[in-house]
Amino acid sequence: MMETRNIIKSGEFLVREVENKDIFIPEEFDEEQRMIAATCSDFLESEVFPNLQAVEKGDRELMKSILKKSGDLGMMGISIPEEYGGFGQSFVTQMLVAETTGAGYSFSVAYMAHCGIGTLPIMYYGNEDQRQRYVTRLATGELIGAYCLTEPGAGSDANSGKTSARLSDDGRHYIINGQKMWITNAGFADTLVVFAKIDNDRVLSAFIIDADSPGVVIGPDEHKMGIKGSSTAQIYFNDVMVPVENLLGKRGEGFRIALSILHMGRIKLGANVIGAAKKAITDSVKYANERKQFGVQISTFGAIKHKLAEQVIRLFASESAVYRVSSDIDILMEKLKSEYGDKGRASIEAISHYAVEAALLKVVGSEMLDYIADEAVQIHGGMGYSSEMDVERGYRDSRINRIFEGTNEINRLLVADTAMKRAMKGDFDLFGEAEKLFAGLESLTSEKPAGEGYFAEKYRYLKNFKKIILLCMHAATKQFGKNLVTEQEVMNNITDMMMEAYLSESLALRIEKLENRRGMVTEYRDILDVNIYDTAGKIRKSAADAVYSIDLKESVPGLIKAVELLSEVEGINIKNSRRRIADKLIADNMYKF
Amino acid sequence: MKILVCISNVPDTTTKIKFTGDNKFLDTTGIQWVINPWDELSLTRALELKDDPKSGVKSVTVLHVGGAGSEPTIRKALAIGADDAVRVNAEPSDAYFVAGQIAEIVNREKYDIILCGIESSDYNGSEVGGMTAEFLDIPSFSSVSAIMIEGGAPVLTREIDGGKEIIATECPFVAVVQKGIAKEPRIASMRGIMSARSKQIRVFEPVQVEALTEIDAFEKPQPRAACKFVDPENPAELIDLLQNEAKVI
Repeated sequence: MMETRNIIKSGEFLVREVENKDIFIPEEFDEEQRMIAATCSDFLESEVFPNLQAVEKGDRELMKSILKKSGDLGMMGISIPEEYGGFGQSFVTQMLVAETTGAGYSFSVAYMAHCGIGTLPIMYYGNEDQRQRYVTRLATGELIGAYCLTEPGAGSDANSGKTSARLSDDGRHYIINGQKMWITNAGFADTLVVFAKIDNDRVLSAFIIDADSPGVVIGPDEHKMGIKGSSTAQIYFNDVMVPVENLLGKRGEGFRIALSILHMGRIKLGANVIGAAKKAITDSVKYANERKQFGVQISTFGAIKHKLAEQVIRLFASESAVYRVSSDIDILMEKLKSEYGDKGRASIEAISHYAVEAALLKVVGSEMLDYIADEAVQIHGGMGYSSEMDVERGYRDSRINRIFEGTNEINRLLVADTAMKRAMKGDFDLFGEAEKLFAGLESLTSEKPAGEGYFAEKYRYLKNFKKIILLCMHAATKQFGKNLVTEQEVMNNITDMMMEAYLSESLALRIEKLENRRGMVTEYRDILDVNIYDTAGKIRKSAADAVYSIDLKESVPGLIKAVELLSEVEGINIKNSRRRIADKLIADNMYKF
Repeated sequence: MKILVCISNVPDTTTKIKFTGDNKFLDTTGIQWVINPWDELSLTRALELKDDPKSGVKSVTVLHVGGAGSEPTIRKALAIGADDAVRVNAEPSDAYFVAGQIAEIVNREKYDIILCGIESSDYNGSEVGGMTAEFLDIPSFSSVSAIMIEGGAPVLTREIDGGKEIIATECPFVAVVQKGIAKEPRIASMRGIMSARSKQIRVFEPVQVEALTEIDAFEKPQPRAACKFVDPENPAELIDLLQNEAKVI
């Protein structure tokens, strides 16, 4: 059971193997979790999908009423403890809800913004009075929340915001002035979490502001490429008087709150895109099974099967990683509850601990969905370009995921940087291992399998891949030292390898665990075979790019030789593997893996 | 007033149907089970009536005849809002057997209104409701599309050829309901899901009722033959195909 599982620290996967019994897989959802997911998908079917056209045309009242209805069903209280009017669900369940609602196009964005960044800063950092006044009402949808961090001059560099706060002469209010932009739910939010600097502070503080306060001015909705049904606007604060009791957390704690909430937002985005991807795959296969050319269904063509299979493989791998880390977070939350004595604080500390995986899943998830949404349009051919089709909307809506919750560029840097910082802090021995490998570069050999059989061979490959990552990290730090963080291209190479390795490992563990439960299923092994084969190629390329870019002169040939040796995997008939995966999808006529 | 809603546990409508054992049994591998859609609508209407204080409905119980494996479906009905549930622990071998089991429970627990979906989406038998009424010797109404309770008296609407029939009746009775009985199935709320944990599913062993039928075999419809296109300028080819290949003229 969950409590007896061993978890590893954030980023530690680079140097430590886990067994399949130590990870959670989506096939282990219990009856209640499945029922909660069914409620969310029933809600999309009955309330969201029939209204998509109208909300896309800008009917904000309709979107607000849909959000309120989801609140009536209790969907807004999933992450909130029962004492604040919610249902206190586990992080895995929260992620399952994020996944399921992720199929809801703009609704998903409005809903997630409310439940996540709009509500949880108050839940996690608010005092009892603030939680009672706001969280209890946000949890039911009585209030709709929005999160105001970005400014015209402060995007990725959030701490450079100009919005100011100063204490009123009577000491009872903070007076807020400034401008925020790209605020989701701005058009109808009741409660705003706003970041501003008090006086000449170097760092931000956070405030809870009622949107109907005098001086709060909501701009017109932005005209966006996608997620047109969600309200996104600028908000201006003109001498807005905020009671001092609405300072969230301590003075100067805002930046920390903002970063922690972003970790949470990122990891939830990783789940959110899974729902959207499943919908796009089902749309793709249904169309491919209906559309006939040259007298046959296009799903019979190898080129289409390749696309369908690749959609499944990328989704399945991403999903494996998302639920693996979600359950690790649950276990850590339990441990931290006694330490912090507060569920809210324990939750955000546990999520923030897994910052490496949060950033990693945000990047792979958003890029996975972009690929799937793009191929969904391609499978639809000309019809995919028509706004009549869901895949056209899905394609436009997908694109924002690479931009918000921290751009993928920022998050790519965070993955490698955070892992290395955690290692330096002593969380795990990364550099010692890397140094050993580097010292033995000349005599380096491929990892020996730990045992016989299909999975032992896959784990051998994975260990080799990790060795490549460690070698590159070592070479990079040796060459650039503290300046490595400015060598963004190399950091990206390292992150790309970490992402591929984490996904492949999560996938292998999931499929091994699945086989232990249900027996061998060819299509699942096909997914793993193709994934490992592709990962080897991607890691070889990223590693070679890194080695040549680091340019550690005398070591380059040895490193390249090591990369070649350690990225070697047995060839497979990937065409046939992909065809079998596609054939299952085609027979099911929907995503049912 | 007590309402009993009879629910079947049926494969999700997207299921690819396969058979085993000389085509005598449904292959249940990998099937996702759901509440029969007509039963789900019945349950929704029963809950709407209970929500209306003027109806006098005090409780809604769901009844299922089936093994323990169907409990997730029963739990879903409880999450949607049923007050409690009864499961008769037996494979539902045929409609007569199921009706006999339902009748036994009604005799024991005295329900006023018994709702059955017009058919189940798996076997489409459309028999259980009428047979149950016969077992109980109470009225049965088929194709019911609306149930109102006015001044304590049930008023039913039946869909009939070319119109509607409005019937005033007395309890107890069986209503065999069809689409229209409720607008849309009610979605289980989070609170409903949480409270379903503590709601009771009472399990009874079956009473002796003989199954009257046995399934010899299931047969899938033949796959459709490929469509042939004939040039409109060439009616002779069409006639030739109809005469010599399709042999229909």
